[in-house]
Amino acid sequence: MSMLEVKDLSIHFGGVKAVQNVSFNIDSGIVYSVIGPNGAGKTTLFNLITGVYKPTTGEIKLDGEAIHGKSPNQLAQRGVARTFQNLQICMNMSAVENVMVGAHLRLDRNLVKAALRFPGLKKRDRELRNEAAQLMDFVGLGQYVETRADAMSYGALKRLEIARALAMKPRLIFLDEPAAGLNPKETIEVDHLVRKIADSGVTVVLVEHDMKMVMNLSDRILVLDYGKKLAEGTGEEIRKNPDVIAAYLGAHA
Amino acid sequence: MNKNVYFGLYLVVAILAILPFVVPNSFYLDLVIRMAINAVIVLGLNLLIGFAGQISLGHAGFLGIGAYASAVLPTHFGWHPLLAMGAGAAATGILAALVARPIFKLKGHYLAMATLGLGIIINIALRNEAQWTGGPDGMPVPAMGLFGFELTSDKQWYWVVALLLSVSVWASLNLIDSPFGRALRALHGSEVASQVVGVDVVRYKVAIFVLSAVFASLMGSVTAHYVGFVSPNFADFFHSIELVTMVVIGGMASVYGSLVGAVLLTALPQALATFEGWETVVFGAILMGCMIFLPKGLVPTLAAKFGKGE
Repeated sequence: MSMLEVKDLSIHFGGVKAVQNVSFNIDSGIVYSVIGPNGAGKTTLFNLITGVYKPTTGEIKLDGEAIHGKSPNQLAQRGVARTFQNLQICMNMSAVENVMVGAHLRLDRNLVKAALRFPGLKKRDRELRNEAAQLMDFVGLGQYVETRADAMSYGALKRLEIARALAMKPRLIFLDEPAAGLNPKETIEVDHLVRKIADSGVTVVLVEHDMKMVMNLSDRILVLDYGKKLAEGTGEEIRKNPDVIAAYLGAHA
Repeated sequence: MNKNVYFGLYLVVAILAILPFVVPNSFYLDLVIRMAINAVIVLGLNLLIGFAGQISLGHAGFLGIGAYASAVLPTHFGWHPLLAMGAGAAATGILAALVARPIFKLKGHYLAMATLGLGIIINIALRNEAQWTGGPDGMPVPAMGLFGFELTSDKQWYWVVALLLSVSVWASLNLIDSPFGRALRALHGSEVASQVVGVDVVRYKVAIFVLSAVFASLMGSVTAHYVGFVSPNFADFFHSIELVTMVVIGGMASVYGSLVGAVLLTALPQALATFEGWETVVFGAILMGCMIFLPKGLVPTLAAKFGKGE
């Protein structure tokens, strides 16, 4: 059984059919990429699967359990993490605190204990801070631990989002254009980072425009165009698919 | 969050310990007590406005519920003042939760409108239910008894209020730097990001709204017993605005800013009394100046200028 099963998924915004009857399965432990021209519905698809939008019709199953219509925080409890194409960093917090928020569900969130500074809570927070600092090291931000988030560069914030998502200890992670707006060197670093995440056993779903990175990393690729599934298969199959070539890759590919 | 953030707490405690011995007369002692009471309310309100990014324009209403619970229940029903205070706080908490839950399911600034309306309703109810509340004239409040000993002198009240303020500062600092507090700040920073890491946004907003309302209610009770009299002005809309102004002037999302805002705005009308009739104009001009030149509030702006951070 596949980890994630998406069946006939559609969402309409007024008359706009942003995603139409898209079906696919993702097996556990792979890197699965979603590609397509701008406006093809990739981010909308992510928003549907991670609960930010509710689908108009269709089903989404995680480990056989229907999850469509569940809220993002309920999905987080099931081990689903994501990053955002347009950064969603808490600029009012330090870098390490942003990562610590990722561990929210693994902590004692009791208000009274917090206000009275229970020793157990403080001890857990100190451990968490170290854990978060290690995660920042893992994504290559080791030197920014105490920096305020609003003082960091775009490229660093992209990776900070990944560290926050990893702090959830997810089983399934959705990365929405992790390399967008990065320079070539940073792109290669993110490429390696995604590989490391996948190797650690987390199932990765990737939206990315950098075709080199997609072809490098992906076990399977889904191609969307105008909200519809155009093709699905391995990198090799996608590269040779005439529909894909026409719609997206162009004559150069 | 800086590690030496608790240094400010020691400073506050030290100042509170010295103050009663250096204030020249009872007028100033009274002023200091009112500053400290406001500071506790503003701390609670700043958790809501500054840290969680939600606004309440009806906090004086919650204060009014607490104040009138402490006036009406002991007077008409012979309740013990502490019990009355607790009942006021509980009623406030329940009312706040009932109002907040449906509001927070909506996106946008509906809370401002809802709390504005709620505050005005409470004020009108206090004015109209004259057989219980004394109507627009208000009513006297019996003295607060603590363990068989009555709180009457300003000195005694001072120590009670100073203790409440110190504990509130400590608890606020603790709360901000905890999993609960980080979730609050995160939903302010990015609501969708906090949701996808598992924060139940509605629950947290309701929780902090209820907490800050209960803070206001408790301090309303304290004010009622301290002053010995309550009037509907406690729950006036302008009082709500005044409290929000203290948060903004002192500095949003700044514990010590809350204290500075409360101290300044409690003292300012007194200091401006010499302008005879023009004090409101001068007051307004000062507020405008603060917002133009110190838009982040006094404490965060000064902290950034001197490179310390809070």
